[in-house]
This record gives sequence, structure tokens and C-alpha cells, in this order.
Amino acid sequence: MKKYSVFAIAREAMRGHKGWEEQWSSPEPKKEYDVIIVGAGGHGLATAYYLATVHGITNVAVLEKGWLGGGNTGRNTTIIRSNYLYDESAGIYDHALKLWDGLSQELNYNVMYSARGVMMLAHNVHDIQVLKRHVHANRLNGIDNEWLTPEQAKEFCPPLNISKQARYPVVGAALQRRGGTARHDAVAWGYARGASARGVHIIQNCEVTGVKRAANGAVTGVETTRGFIGAKKVGVVAAGHSSVIMNMAGVRMPLESYPLQALVSEPVKPVVPCVVMSNTVHAYISQSDKGELVIGAGTDQYVSYSQTGGLHILQHTLDAICEMFPIFTRMKMLRSWGGIVDVTPDRSPILAKTPVPGLYVNCGWGTGGFKATPGSGHVFAHTIARDDPHPINAPFTIERFRTGRLIDEAAAAAVAH
Amino acid sequence: MLLIRCPYCEEERPELEFRNAGEAHIARSANITGESDDDFEKFFFIRSNPKGIIYERWRHMHGCARFFNAVRDTVTDKFIMTYKAGEPKPAKVPGVAK
Amino acid sequence: MSGAFRIPGAGRLKQAKTARFSFDGQSYAGIEGDTLASALLANGVHLVGRSFKYHRPRGFLSAGAEEPNALVEIRRDAARKTPNVRATVQELYDGLAAQSQNRWPSLAFDVGAVNDIASPLFSAGFYYKTFMWPKAAWKNLYEPKIRAAAGLGVAPDQPDPDHYSARYAHCDVLVLGGGAAGIAAALAAAETGARVILADEQAEFGGSLRFESGAGIDGQDGFAWAQAAVASLKAMDNVRVLSRSTAFGYYAQNFVGLVERVSDHLQNPGRDLPRERLWQVRARRVVLATGAIERHMVFADNDRPGIMLASAARTFLNHYGVAVGRNVGVYTANDSAYAAAIDLKKAGVNVAAIVDLRDNPTGPVIDEARALGIEINFGRAVIRAGGKLRVSSMTVQPKNGGGERIIPVDAILMSAGWTPSVHLFSQSRGKVAFNDETKRFVPGAYAQDCVSVGACNGTDGLSATIDEAYAAGAKAAKDAGAKVAKGTKPKVDASESWSRGMLGAAPGAGPNTTVKAFVDFQNDVTAKDIRQAVHEGMRSIEHVKRFTTNGMATDQGKTSNMHGLVIAAETLGKPIPQVGLTTFRAPYTPVTFGSIVGHARGPLFDPTRKTAIHPWAEAQGAVFEDVGQWKRAWYFPKAGEDIHAAVDRECVTVRKTAGLFDASTLGKIEVVGPDAAKFMELLYTNPWEKLEPGRCRYGIMLREDGFIYDDGVVGRLAPDRFHVTTTTGGAPRVMNHMEDYLQTEFPHLNVWLTSTTEQWAVIAVQGPKSRDIIAPLVAGIDMSDEALPHMSVREGRICGVPTRLFRMSFSGERGFEVNVPADYGQAVWEALWAEGQKHGATAYGTEAMHVLRAEKGYIIVGQDTDGTVTPNDAGLDWAVGKRKTDFVGIRGMARPDLVAKGRKQLVGLKTKDPKVVLEEGAQVVADPKQAVPMTMIGHVTSSYWSENCGRSIALALVADGRDRMGETLYVPMPNGTIEVEVSGMVFFDEKGERLNG
Repeated sequence: MKKYSVFAIAREAMRGHKGWEEQWSSPEPKKEYDVIIVGAGGHGLATAYYLATVHGITNVAVLEKGWLGGGNTGRNTTIIRSNYLYDESAGIYDHALKLWDGLSQELNYNVMYSARGVMMLAHNVHDIQVLKRHVHANRLNGIDNEWLTPEQAKEFCPPLNISKQARYPVVGAALQRRGGTARHDAVAWGYARGASARGVHIIQNCEVTGVKRAANGAVTGVETTRGFIGAKKVGVVAAGHSSVIMNMAGVRMPLESYPLQALVSEPVKPVVPCVVMSNTVHAYISQSDKGELVIGAGTDQYVSYSQTGGLHILQHTLDAICEMFPIFTRMKMLRSWGGIVDVTPDRSPILAKTPVPGLYVNCGWGTGGFKATPGSGHVFAHTIARDDPHPINAPFTIERFRTGRLIDEAAAAAVAH
Repeated sequence: MLLIRCPYCEEERPELEFRNAGEAHIARSANITGESDDDFEKFFFIRSNPKGIIYERWRHMHGCARFFNAVRDTVTDKFIMTYKAGEPKPAKVPGVAK
Repeated sequence: MSGAFRIPGAGRLKQAKTARFSFDGQSYAGIEGDTLASALLANGVHLVGRSFKYHRPRGFLSAGAEEPNALVEIRRDAARKTPNVRATVQELYDGLAAQSQNRWPSLAFDVGAVNDIASPLFSAGFYYKTFMWPKAAWKNLYEPKIRAAAGLGVAPDQPDPDHYSARYAHCDVLVLGGGAAGIAAALAAAETGARVILADEQAEFGGSLRFESGAGIDGQDGFAWAQAAVASLKAMDNVRVLSRSTAFGYYAQNFVGLVERVSDHLQNPGRDLPRERLWQVRARRVVLATGAIERHMVFADNDRPGIMLASAARTFLNHYGVAVGRNVGVYTANDSAYAAAIDLKKAGVNVAAIVDLRDNPTGPVIDEARALGIEINFGRAVIRAGGKLRVSSMTVQPKNGGGERIIPVDAILMSAGWTPSVHLFSQSRGKVAFNDETKRFVPGAYAQDCVSVGACNGTDGLSATIDEAYAAGAKAAKDAGAKVAKGTKPKVDASESWSRGMLGAAPGAGPNTTVKAFVDFQNDVTAKDIRQAVHEGMRSIEHVKRFTTNGMATDQGKTSNMHGLVIAAETLGKPIPQVGLTTFRAPYTPVTFGSIVGHARGPLFDPTRKTAIHPWAEAQGAVFEDVGQWKRAWYFPKAGEDIHAAVDRECVTVRKTAGLFDASTLGKIEVVGPDAAKFMELLYTNPWEKLEPGRCRYGIMLREDGFIYDDGVVGRLAPDRFHVTTTTGGAPRVMNHMEDYLQTEFPHLNVWLTSTTEQWAVIAVQGPKSRDIIAPLVAGIDMSDEALPHMSVREGRICGVPTRLFRMSFSGERGFEVNVPADYGQAVWEALWAEGQKHGATAYGTEAMHVLRAEKGYIIVGQDTDGTVTPNDAGLDWAVGKRKTDFVGIRGMARPDLVAKGRKQLVGLKTKDPKVVLEEGAQVVADPKQAVPMTMIGHVTSSYWSENCGRSIALALVADGRDRMGETLYVPMPNGTIEVEVSGMVFFDEKGERLNG
């Protein structure tokens, strides 16, 4: 792998940028690998990367039915934060956040992790109680999250409307300064480049159509549109399609897949200096390096794999944005799109071994998986390599739905009384 | 925005009038205390989440307020049919090859 | 005179009405009917913008919605600034003020253009490869610089004074696109009597007939026919015609979103007119007549101002009467540019030369051009454009190499062919198919009830278009249920026809060249950028798009996508269809947020619910809090009181004498029927069968998973009738939860559920004097403790109106809740208030209510519980019927983890220093000296200063809390650790004597 640097760019500029090597190779699949990862999104590619770099396992194939990074990795609003309430969630997301800080150097690929701060707004007494609970729990977990008055919130994000006349006035905010955004495509590409350079095969346009198991139940490989590919360990990291793949292995999952839409505005000069989120008014916004306002909110209400959703969902989202930022009504929506998010009953991921020997699953990230990418890949690689979960992902089992030991961040936010 | 036929009102109405209520034909056991932890997990958490034909529940919230069932393709979001709550799962779904 | 480049006698605008306007502070004159683009061109202004990355000077590429370059800011006043307006779409009005964007200090001299000189460094995706060292510099140096350089316009900085409106509509046939095809389809559909909507994005209908001088229909010039046809459509009752209306999104089940630009073209719109109007149309059938968009030629420096699409130059001439130059060159790979050359030549403009990439094309337009004396060069390419702020020359070379010739020009008209606009078709989830012969993607398999006609369907020529569209319109109407058409198809007398062209880079910009031949103008993507992406391993067109940003600018690749695709395919050595198109995503053109939002702003963002007693509380100066959609009186400050003083006074007064509290927001559900008790048994943890009519019980509702969902006092009014109360926020979901079980799990039960939240106003009167206040106003109810004990309910009258009078307490004092029909709520409240005044009673708000209940250890679901709390956790085991064999949640709460040791249990906390009030949400630890991350064993759910107790009080969920009574725990705060003692949850009147006090 040739190193990227400003000098490399200068050198290439002299020869018309013809000397760049392929960022990742596109090999033909071999008959067998040590590990197959199903799904070349950020989490899957990160898993392959850490299998290679941390565990020395390089005989790995990442199978992708479309193009790498083309699922939720390429469709999300790139918010990164770790100010989760429960120790389990805080553990995994902060593990990820620590990896984000330095990921560009680690990968020698500028993923543009931008610690511009994530500010979550409170609009009523109940919001204050919930967000302060987060602030206190985060502090004792060593995770930065601070409480702001409405005036401090406006100072941090000048276009924010803190008028008391608003339908739901801002009454406070919790700010995680280490939170922010990153360039989603670069994350997938950087991991792909790093994994490929270490011998991992990334095989695009290769759809898994079946999971093969031996008489003793253990995994032996996968059927694909490009033939059977053997492996004694298969990690499923297929986002919205995870339950489809797991069904092929005979494992039924506590998952439902919903459409999640997002949109960007036309690019404008810098105006929103951080990420702003509101659960009560229900939308979130940031501004990309390119200048586009990046906006999202909740899912559509029904199970769907269509990658589209209703206009009324975008309407509610923009209603909320213009409520928080009335100056944006003359801005224009440039592009909207939909993804498929797989949601567990407690809205926390499953990152675990499965009842099938040799089969591992990393799914259920719902609407918030991007931020976990490095941490998720790191501990999932550990789980596959050691056939044993890393302490950080140990709580994120499938069994928790049988025992009731849920990690229910959304329930903890409760509802207005 | 989907257009949904309420089998009680016998009309197609916009999605805004309806609430999705999850997968259909998951019956609550009459002897629920006798269920094992596994059975309860299946009943309450495990879902088929099909890529293709789904049997699902809707409520005509801002209409007749009735719950009913629908057959829909989750790839195209097209409704194949709707039917009343309590009616059996259709053995044959029009236009769907089994 | 409205500009030196206005050709007398040309175009359709009436010279009579001059419109003055300004661009970058310079004043100009245009004509009403102009676009900003045509008016600037009439004045010889081509330089109007700077590109995104290299800050290259840019002019007009097009005359329509596909414009990538000519984006300006329109400023009506300080608050009404709109960035990124396409000058080719913006209609002129007198006084219009426009500014160029993305340049400093001026459009002609832009410091940012240094990027153009350094452009070899700024290759595709360069930013992924650098700015990484030193690490801290990304945040502090590189990123701020990159961000400041990026972005086109400037976001508005004041709230928008304009308003936006919205309409829903249904129709049989929705025709999108008002060119010849759309009009013909609409005519055919309308003649059947079907309900038709015809929409077009332009101010005037006609589409390409606006520039096609060679079209004739029904004995008229094509454009004149279009106007007459649309006028006839407008006159029909079953037709709605929408101009300036862009269909931007095609959603499931023929649901189409359109935005109508209502007043941006008006000088003085007036306050009544919305700026834009959102149409959401559900159509039985949709006819897509969205036309085609001309492509540019990809050659070196093809972005110089003055270089534009041939059809754009034709539109400026034939519609607006403007010549885009005095000495134009033409560069083409198909016939359509000849028509432009011919029209301009006939208008007196010198056509320096036509350069045609094709070897020996023949046809009438070529003959005509030749007959007009225009120099034609076959088999040649324009390999370079000269000039900087304006094109000054084109360098011509035989396409396979050879001697160069420089031809001075002041404009170049180019055409590489036409790309069918399949955006909406593709959004409808239809699959496009590549026609290898004509080299274009056209609609293939349909996914919805729609049909494509004319140029967007790959149909060439006016006759074929009208035939196809008319038949499709009639069929769509018939399929939608209308009668058979009885009209007559428009007859085409004369038509222009062209197809083919070329895709990808033109000679001189091929592989192994380093020239800047732009594919995507706005994002500065060149042919070599696309090749570089492929070389770097980007094999999917989606990767190429994302790596180069080709097609991701505000024009969404309308002119660039096909070129980019073909360059990628050539570099990959793959056939075009195997590489495939990127996904077409809504919106077709950018849509104003305000249009999508419509009226849902400010107070209309979300409904506000107010109780019947709200006006009284407002008059008393109450401070309100938002609880869900409700406004609830939070506290009632007297002069000089802050929230603490007011709440202390309210709390003390309630316990000393009495207080009135508006509890109307509590959810109320009437559960009625022979099986009502059985139903209640199943939905609540408590036993109900044996509850006597006239008595009440505190009920707990669980979800099936065993966690507390809601709670409330339930009164049994009769054997078959329960009056159920819920939390304020929980009312709708509790009703839904009950209906769900009743309709689907327990349909055998004969029960009827009715939400009565809005029907009853509820006045809580609490305190030792409460009975004295209520009794004088009540008729028909014996209020003695014997006849009306704590937790009972009676029906009777108060102030002459019917009441359900509950004897119950959420304060621990003797208490009542007076339910009266909501219409009488305020009157009864005022009567009770008058009585209360005799006893020194106070009105109290939700804050005092919270303190009073916390003093008694009464929980609030959603505050002291959070969706992970079982009845046992909350110390409410007593409310779970031990002998019951079934209720919702009975199995869930028996799961292993829900009965395990170590669960968090609700307890009281007393700070060692009674003056210290804990913060709600603060975390509890057993060992305050441990290092971070600390082991947290619980958190504070409720915490108040209790004036009645003379100390602070708190409730908390603490692991094994009930086993820790008397233990000292710690609440570490940023400025010190607070010591607390675990206690019972009742802080006041532990024996509960005051309920009858």
C-alpha cells in the first residue's frame, strides 16, 4: 500500500495522477477462506480490517451484494457521539469514539472526523430530567457531556432559535464536545483499502443466497451468486438484511427493518457549526464539509426493504428543523434518500455469537450504527477471532431477549408524564 | 405515503389515517403463564421481518379505529390485500406465486 | 432599450414593459417576461458565477432547470434572501436585485481562483489523502479552511416573512410536463371527462416548442398551438392547469409532490399570496411527458462563459429575442445545433463555423445551413476554448489529429445530443433500459400505473410524439375509468427531428490528456477526474460519483450523468448498461424547505391543548409548562415570588387549609359492558371483580414484557362501568393498548371503550378544608366519611351540573377530584375557588403537585419509572393480584432477569445536609472514592425542597435499594460529593392519618 500524503499528491500532480494504485483490489473469490464477512459496509469492512491488523487473520473475504459502502454506511447522516446512558452502550460507543480520534492516521485515509460537538436539546422539564441523567452518568463513566443553558446553546450554535415564544422553547441542552461527524464514504473506503492491502478479499456484486451448515450444525460456508464459498467462520454484518441472512442459517432474529430517510440542502457557506439533535421536536441537523445541511429524523412506521419512504416523513422532519431554525425556510432540499435500518426491540445492537457454531452476528444498530463503526468492527473481530466476545460487546447478546436483560436506551428516555 | 384499504370502511385512505401495529398472526397464548422463556421470547420479540410478503396489522386510527390485517410486499410496498382482524391468514394471496 | 443584444423582431416578449433590475449592484433593463438569464444576456452579461472548487468564471450553460452554473442570490429585502437561485428559471420583475456568489472580492477578480492554478493538486478525492498531519491541524486549520471555501450561497440570517401553502388533490390523470407531448396527452384525457391535472415547471407551456421554430401543429406555429391548447384545457371544468409547477418527487402508489412557484416572479406579491405552494397529488394514472435535456460537449475549457447548449441559445433567441453573441461558433455531434445556427444566422448573427464531429452527415438542416452560407466542418473537433471571463475563440482540429485552427468567437453553441428525462420514472421505481442503438436510457419495466411519452420515452419527432402522447392520454383516462375519447388528435404540419449524438469525452479530452474538460460544471468534475477514480479502483458508478462528486451538485447531474457514466465505462472497458446509472433521487430540482413545511410553523408546528380552566389560570398569572401537547399551569406566582417561593407557599397552604389543582389533562377512558370487569382484570395487574361499585382502586398497567406502562385511579361506577384515569402523556397510547387487546386478543369480551379525556374537566381539591369547600356546592351526594370514604366515587351534581365526585388523594391530604363536563369546567372551578377563598385555599400547579406527592412517596410513571421498571422494582407488589392467572405482563415480569437480585428498586433518599437538594438525574454510588469509570448503583428520579418537611426529599432507583435502608450512599457532583441516606419513600405523615384529617 502506497502511503497517502501531501507529497504523494504533489508527486502525482506532476504526472497527471496516473500513478495512484487501486485503493482496493477486486479479486475473484477463492473456494475457501478462514473467515467470511457478509456485508461490506463500514462495520463489515472494519471487522475485516481488525481481523487482519489485530488478530493476524488475513485469509478473509468480505462479500457484498452491491458495492462496498453502499448500504447504510453511504446513506447515513454521519453523527458520532458516545453520550449514552447505560454503561453497556457508553462502553461500546466510547470505545468507538476513541478509535475515531486517530482513525485517519491509523488508516492513512482522511475520514474527516470532525469533533464539532453534538448538542441535544431539552424542551421541557421531562427532557431536562432525562438529559441530566445522561450528563451525570456520562461524567461518572468518564465521558464528556455538559449541560448548557439556552443562551449557552445559542452561543455554541448561533442560528438556533431559543425564543420563549417557540411552540417548544429550548430550555437547555446537553453538549458532547467530542461528538461530531465524519465523511461516511471515506470510512468505508479507508477500511477497504487497509483490509485489501493486508490480503483481505473484498468481493462486490456477490450476493449470499444460502448459509451451509454441517451435520453437527456448524457453519461450512455460504452459497452465493458467484458459487459456494467455504469458511468455518461466518460473520453476518448485513444491516437491514441481517435477518434475511440469519434466516438462511435457520436463526430467527428479534429484528425488524424500517425505512429511514434523510436529506441534504443545497450547499451554503458555514452556518451550523455543530450537530444539533432534538428528540422532542424530533429532527437532527449538521453541516457537511461541502456546505450541505444534513438532516434526518425518524423511520417510517412499517417494515420495508424498498429504500424509499413517504414524503410526509420528510415533511415532519423539515417542520422540526424550521421550528428549531426558522431562518432555514428559504433553504432548499437538494437530495433525499432512504435506507433500511434493522431495529431490535430494545434499539441496541446484537454483537454476538449465535446458537449456530461458527456463525456470528453484528446487527440491530437501528438508526445509529455509523458512529459505532470502528468500535463495532474492533470488538466483532475479537469475537470472531477468539470465538468469544470482547468484554465490551459481551452484554449485546441475542439471549438478552429471553432473559429480559435489555439495554433499552429509548425506554430510559421514557415519555412525557 | 401509502394508500391503504380499510376492510371495515371499504375505502382506500391515505397512510396518515393509519398506524402500523406490527406483524400479524402472532397469537397471545391463552395459557401465557405456562409458556417457557423461549416461547415468550418468540411470542414477544422474534419477528419474521420478511423481504417480500408480510402479514401485518394496521389500525385505522383516524377513521373507524379498527385493527385489521394486510398482506404487503416489503420490497415494493404494494398492498396485496387487507382483511378484518380475526379472519384467518389467507391461504392464497392473489398475484403471489408460492 | 432593453439590452444591446436584443434582436428587434425576434422573440415573443412585448417590448412595451421594461423591468429594471440589478446584478452585483449594476443596474440593467430587461423586459417583463424575461428570465434573469435572458435579461442579463440581452445586456451582454455572460459572467455570472464561480464554480465550487476551482472558482472558475462561469456563464449560462442552459436556459432552464438543468442549469449548473448561473446560481445567484436574489434579495428582496434583508429577510428575504434566497441563495442558489437559477438565473435561467428566475423570472424578471421590476426592481429585482441579484448578487453573484462564491467569489471574493468580486466576480471578475476572485481570489479563490488561485485554486484553479493549483488545480493539479486538487484532483478527485485529494482531500482523503492529505490534511492528516499533524493530527490536531485537521480540526483547527484544515477543516475550517475547507469549510470556508466550500458552500455556494449564504444561508438567510433572519426568519422568513413569507408564507407557504399546501394543497392535496386527487385526479384521474396527472400529466407531468407541458410540452407538445404533455399537452396532447392532457387533451386526449380531458376530452373523456376525466379529472386531469397538467403541470409544467415553466411559466409558459410549450416545452421545446419555445425554441423549435420549425414546428407547426393544427395550422399554427407550435408555440402558438400550445398556448391555444392550454387555453382550451383551462376552460374545461375537469382540468386543472398548473404552470411554474415542478413535479419533484414520485412516491408510492402514484403519489406525486409538486411545488408551484406562486409569487417569486412578482414585483409586489402582496401579503396574501404564498411564496410557493406544495401540491400533493394522488393520481389514478400518471403520464410522464418530461422531455429531454441537451448534453454539452466535453472538451478542454468547455466551461468558459459564452459556451452554452445550442437549445439554450435558441430559446434565448426565439423566445426572449436575445442573441447570445455576435459571432458564434457551433460544436455539435448531432443535428439539433444546426437549427440553432440557422435561427441565429437568420436573425443576423454571424455564425463563424459549425464544427461537427460526425464524418459525413446529411439531412435538410445541414443543407439549409450550407445554403445560408455557414461554414461547416465535418469530422472535426473543438479541442479547446480560448478566453477566460468570456470565450474568445475555439481551436478546431481534425478529430483524429492534425493541424489546429483558431477561430475567434464570442459564444459557442454545443450539442452532444439529448438525454431523456427519466428522473420521475426512475423515482417511481421503474427500471430504465439502455437502448444501444440510440445510446440512451429509456423507460423499461414500469412499477406503477404510469406511462412515459415523447422525448422522455425516447420518442423522436413531433408527429410520433403527438401520436404516442394522445393515445397514451386517452388510454390513461380509460384505465382510470373514464369514457372513450371523442376528440380529435392534433395534426402535425411541420416538425423538427433529431436523435443520436455522442457520449463521453470529445477528441482532445480523451485518455492521456490532462486538460480540464468539464463533465460536471458546478462541482468542477473533469473527464480526467472520472478516469482517475476508475484507476483508483472505483468500479461502481456509485463509487465514481461519490469519489469525484460527479452529478452531486445542485443540478443533480442533469447534464453530467451520462457523460460521466460513459467515461467510466470506457475506462473500465465495460459496456454502458453493465456500469449502470446512479439512483435518481427526489427532488428533481431543489425544493424550498418552506414549501415542504407549509403552515406547520410556530404555533401550528404542533397542536396546543389547553384545559377548560386554562383561561382562568392565565388570568391569574400562572406560569405554564409543556407536557406533551398540553399546556399545564406549573405554578401561580404572587408578586415578587420566584418558582421556589410560589411552590413552597402552595405546598404549605394545601396541607394547612386546601388547594385547587387543574387535573383535567389526566387521560380518562370509560370502560363499559357486561365484561368490563373481566377486561380490567386482563389489562391491569390489580384484581377488579370484587371492587364494589362506588369504590376506587389505584391500578397499574403493564406492557406484555412486564414493565410498568401506566397507572391511575379507577372508579367503578356500576358493575358494568369503570371510569379509568391515565397519566397525562399516556392517554392516547393506553387507549390504543386497550383497543388492541380488546379487538384482537380478547374480542370475545363484550366491552366498549370510549376516550373521555376531553369531555371531563377535573378539579382536584386537596387539603384539610377540601370537604368544607366542596360540600356547599354539591347536591345528591352524602359527603360524610362514612358515606364517601377515601377511594370512593359518587355521581351527583355540583353547582347544578352533573359530576362524578371522586374521594381520592394525590397529596396525602383529605382530597377530592371533581369531574364535570368540560364546558362547565371553568364555571365550577370559579365557584370552588370562591368557596376556597373563604378558607384561605390556594391554586397550585404541577410543581407543587409533584412535591406533595413526593412527600407521600407516590410515584409518577415516566419520571420515577422509565420503561425498565417492574411493579416489584417500584415497591408496588401490593397492587399485583396474587391469585390472578392472567393479565398483560404477567409472563413478562416473571422472566429471569426481571426477578433477579440486584435490580434497581425505588427508595427514598435523604441528604445528610437537609438543605441540599439533589439534582434529578444525578447518579448514586456506594464508593465515592473509586476511580472513573465509577460503578453507578442508581439515580435520583425525583428531588425537591419540601417546605412541609423542612428539608430536601428525593426518590431514587437504587440497586437492591430496599435492602439498603439506613445505608449511606453518595452522589458525586462536579463540585463535590453529596452524602445521602437510604430511606423509605414516605417523608410526611407516614401513618397516612391526614387522608381523613
